[in-house]
Amino acid sequence: MSGYILEMNEISKAFTGVKALSNVNFKVRKGEIHCLIGENGAGKSTLMKVLSGVYPYGTYEGDIVFEGSVQQFNKISDSVQTGIVIIYQELALFPDLTVYENIFVGNEVKRGNLVDWNQTIAEAKKMLKRVGLDVNPETLVKDLSVGKQQLVEIAKALSKDVKLLILDEPTAALNEDDSENLLKLLGELKKQGITSIMISHKLKEVISIADQATVLRDGKTICTLDASKGEISENMIIKNMVGRDIDDIYPKRPHKKIGKTILELNNWSAYSTELARHVLKNIDFHVKKGEIVGIAGLMGSGRTELALSMFGNPKNYKLEGQLKVSGVEKTFKHTSDAIKSGIAYVTEDRKGDGLFLIQDIKNNITAANLNEVADKGIINENEEVKRATEYKRSMYIKASSLEQTVGNLSGGNQQKVSLGKWLFVGPKLLILDEPTRGIDVGAKFEIYTIMNQLISEGMSIIMISSELGEVLGMSDRVYVMAEGRMKGELPIEEANQENIMQLATQ
Amino acid sequence: MEFINEARTLVKENIRDYGMYIALFVIMLTFSIMTDGLFMSSRNISNLLDSTGYIAVLAVGMTLVIVIRHIDLSVGFAAGFLGAIAAILLTKMGLPVYVTIPVILMLGIFIGLFNGLLIAKYAIPSFVATLAGMLIFRGALLQVTEKTGTIIIKDDAFNAIGNGFIPSLMIVNGLHLLSLILGLLSILFYIYSEISTRRNKIKYQFDVVSKGIFTIKLVFVSAIIAYVTWILAGYNGFSWTVVIMLLVVVAYHFLTTKTVLGRHIYAVGSNPEAAHLSGINVNKITYMVFGSMGMLAALSGILFTSRLQSATTTAGTLFELDAIAAAYVGGVSSAGGVGKVTGAIIGAIVMASLSSGMNLLGVGVSMQYMIRGGVLVAAVLFDVITRKKRG
Repeated sequence: MSGYILEMNEISKAFTGVKALSNVNFKVRKGEIHCLIGENGAGKSTLMKVLSGVYPYGTYEGDIVFEGSVQQFNKISDSVQTGIVIIYQELALFPDLTVYENIFVGNEVKRGNLVDWNQTIAEAKKMLKRVGLDVNPETLVKDLSVGKQQLVEIAKALSKDVKLLILDEPTAALNEDDSENLLKLLGELKKQGITSIMISHKLKEVISIADQATVLRDGKTICTLDASKGEISENMIIKNMVGRDIDDIYPKRPHKKIGKTILELNNWSAYSTELARHVLKNIDFHVKKGEIVGIAGLMGSGRTELALSMFGNPKNYKLEGQLKVSGVEKTFKHTSDAIKSGIAYVTEDRKGDGLFLIQDIKNNITAANLNEVADKGIINENEEVKRATEYKRSMYIKASSLEQTVGNLSGGNQQKVSLGKWLFVGPKLLILDEPTRGIDVGAKFEIYTIMNQLISEGMSIIMISSELGEVLGMSDRVYVMAEGRMKGELPIEEANQENIMQLATQ
Repeated sequence: MEFINEARTLVKENIRDYGMYIALFVIMLTFSIMTDGLFMSSRNISNLLDSTGYIAVLAVGMTLVIVIRHIDLSVGFAAGFLGAIAAILLTKMGLPVYVTIPVILMLGIFIGLFNGLLIAKYAIPSFVATLAGMLIFRGALLQVTEKTGTIIIKDDAFNAIGNGFIPSLMIVNGLHLLSLILGLLSILFYIYSEISTRRNKIKYQFDVVSKGIFTIKLVFVSAIIAYVTWILAGYNGFSWTVVIMLLVVVAYHFLTTKTVLGRHIYAVGSNPEAAHLSGINVNKITYMVFGSMGMLAALSGILFTSRLQSATTTAGTLFELDAIAAAYVGGVSSAGGVGKVTGAIIGAIVMASLSSGMNLLGVGVSMQYMIRGGVLVAAVLFDVITRKKRG
C-alpha cells in the first residue's frame, strides 16, 4: 500500500472536554526517518501514546493502519508485538541490573520454563554489536553513561524485532558526541530496514537526519515536509511550529549597564566524599551586576556542581577557597543562607528537584520566600494569591487558574513557574541551569525576554547551558568548563562555537 | 439548573473529602437502623468519642509524619510507657497533676526529637528507627510496671481527663447549659469565619461558590454541630476528652493550613530535594514533625491512662497501627505531601464507629478485625481510584 508502513488517519483524542488531538493525519513511509516536531503541548506525546496503545483502542477516534491493516491496540504489549517500540526521554532501565538482563527483561530467552542465561548473554552481545556499543554485557546499567544507556534501550528494542522505532527526544540528555553517535546509529538502522520516528526539539538534528518531518501545532497536523524536495530548513520548521516567523530567537538588550562585581570565587575547590574525588578544582570566577555570564561545557564538566557549591552546598561537598558576595567573604551553611544573600538557583531538573509537582502554582511560586507574605509565621492568604497572580502574569504562565496543579502544566509553563518562584525571592544573582531544556521555541523566547528584563532591572544572571546557540546568543561573557576546571573565559565578541567546543573538549 | 451543575462540579472536584463524610454518614445511619437508634443515643456517641480520643490525637500526628514520607511505629508503646510514668509520678512521687502533665508532654517531645535525630541526622529509615523504639518502649513499659503490675491512680483531677465532663452550670430541659453554649459559640464562630473569608475573597476578586451553595454549606455544617451538641448535652455534656481532641484538631488544622511551618511540612513531603533547594531546612522540619508526634503520643498516653484510671502492662498495644489506619482512612498518601488533619480525625471516628456499632450488634472480635481491615482497604482503594481520575 503506497509504501507507507504507518498511517494514522483522522486521529482525535479529548481529555475531559479539551481536545488534545483533532483529526491528525500522520503517515510514515517504510524505511525512513520521520521527525515529529511541535511546541510543547502540540500533541506529539499524545499522538505517540495513541500509537503505542497507552491510550487503548476506543478511547480515541480515527484509524491506525500499520503495514496495511487496521490495528486495535488495547495495551502497550499489543503494539510491541506488532513491532512498534517506543523509547521515552526518561529511560526505562533498571540501574541495578546488568546490561543483558535489561535488554531481555520482559522478553526472557527461555529453555522450558527457566531463563537460559548463557543464551541471553550471547544474544545480548549480538544486539550490542548492532547498536555499536562496546561494553561487557555483565556491566551494571547504572555504571554506564546516559549516552550508552540510551544505546542499551535501543538494543532492547531491537531484541523485540522492532519494525518501527519511536524515540522521544533521544538526545535531550546527551552531549554533542553522544548525540552524533545516536543519529549515526539511526542511519545504520535505517539501512537495516528499520523505520524510525523521532520527536525532537533540536532543529539541527532534524535537518541533518530527517527524510520527512511532520509539524504539529495545537493538536493539528500543520504540514509534512520532505527532505528530498528540500523543504526541511530551520526557517520552514520554525515558521510552521509557531505559526509566525521568528527573525531572531535571541532578543537583543538595548543597552548594557555593567556594574560592580557581585559574586566572586577564588581558588574554589569542592571534594565529594560520595564520589571520592574533586568535582571542582581551583576555580576563579566572577559575575558583575547587570551581566549575563554563560557557562558552557559538556555533561559532567562540573557546571551544576559549581552552581550547587555556591548555593549553600546542598550536596555537602568539602569546600576550599573563597566565596565573596559584593566583596564580603561568606560561608553558607544551608541553601537558606545563600538565598538570604540574594542568590537564587533555578535547577536543571525542574520536575526532580525544582518544583512541588502535586501542589498548585500559587504554593510553588511562594515556596522559597513564604515569610514575604506571612506575618509572624501566619500566612496572609489574600496577599499570597495577589502576589502570585502578579507573577503568573509577568511570567506569561498559561494556566486556567493559580490553583492548577503544577504537574499538569507543559514543560515551558513549569519552567516559568520555577523562574517565578525564584524571582519571588527578590534575588540579586540568578543562576539558571539549562533554563530552556525541553521547552518549545515560543516559551524559550519568552524566557529570554524575561532574562533581558531582569538584567535591565540590575539583576545578574549566571546561565549554564548545553546549547551553544543560547550561550552565544544571550551571554555577555562566557566561561567554559571541563572536568571540574575552568578552561577559559571568553568575552562574547571573541566567543564562537569552535573555540568553545575546543576548550570544552580539552 | 445552574445551581445543580455547580453542586455537581463541586462534588466531582472534592469527591475524596466528601467521600469520607459520606462514608461516616452511611456507617452511622446503618448502625442506627440496625440497632433501633441505640447507636445514635447520647450515651453511645459520648462513649464513642471518648474512646476515640487517644487514637485520634495519635492519628493527627501520624498524618504529618506520613505527609513527610516517614512512619512512626514507636508511638503506641511510647504512649503506654509515658502513661505509666505519669501514673508513677502521680502515685509514687506524689506530684500534682499540673506538674505531671507538662513533664510527660516534655518527655514525649524529647522521645520524638530523638527519633527525629536518628532519622534526619543519621539517615536511619524511619521504619527501622521507630521499630527499634517500639521494642524499647515495650520493654521500658514492662520494666516500670514489673514490680507493681497495674498501677491504680486515685487522683480525681487526672482521672477526669478521660472520664469527666465539663461543668454544666445549669440543666435546661435535661440539657447541659455550658455544652449548649459552647456548641452555639462554635456555630457562630464557624459562620463568622466562613463569611469573613468569603468577603475577603470577593474583595480580591477570587472565585467563590455561589450564594446558594454557600448558604447550604453553612446551614448543613451548623446543623451537624448543633445535632452533635444536642446529643452530647443530653447525656453529660462535652467530656474533657472531646474538648482536648477538638483543641488538638483546631490547633493542628491552623498550623497546617495557615502557617509558614505548615506549608513547609507539605513542601518537604511533596519534594524533599526541591524543598532543600528552596531554602527549607528539611532536617528541622523532620525534628518538628517527630517532636510533635512524640508530644501527641504523650497526650495519648495521658488520655488512655486517665480513661482506665490506671497504667497497665499492655497499654499502648497496637495504638500505632490504629493511628496509621485512621490516617489512611482519612486520606493521607504514603507518596508524601497529601493528607489533612481533619481527615485523620474523621478517619479515627470512622474506625471507632465501626467498633462501637459492631459491639452493639454483638459481632465477634474476629469478624470485627476483618471488617475493619476491609474498610481500610476500601478507603485507600477509593483514594487511589479518585486520584487517578483527577490526574
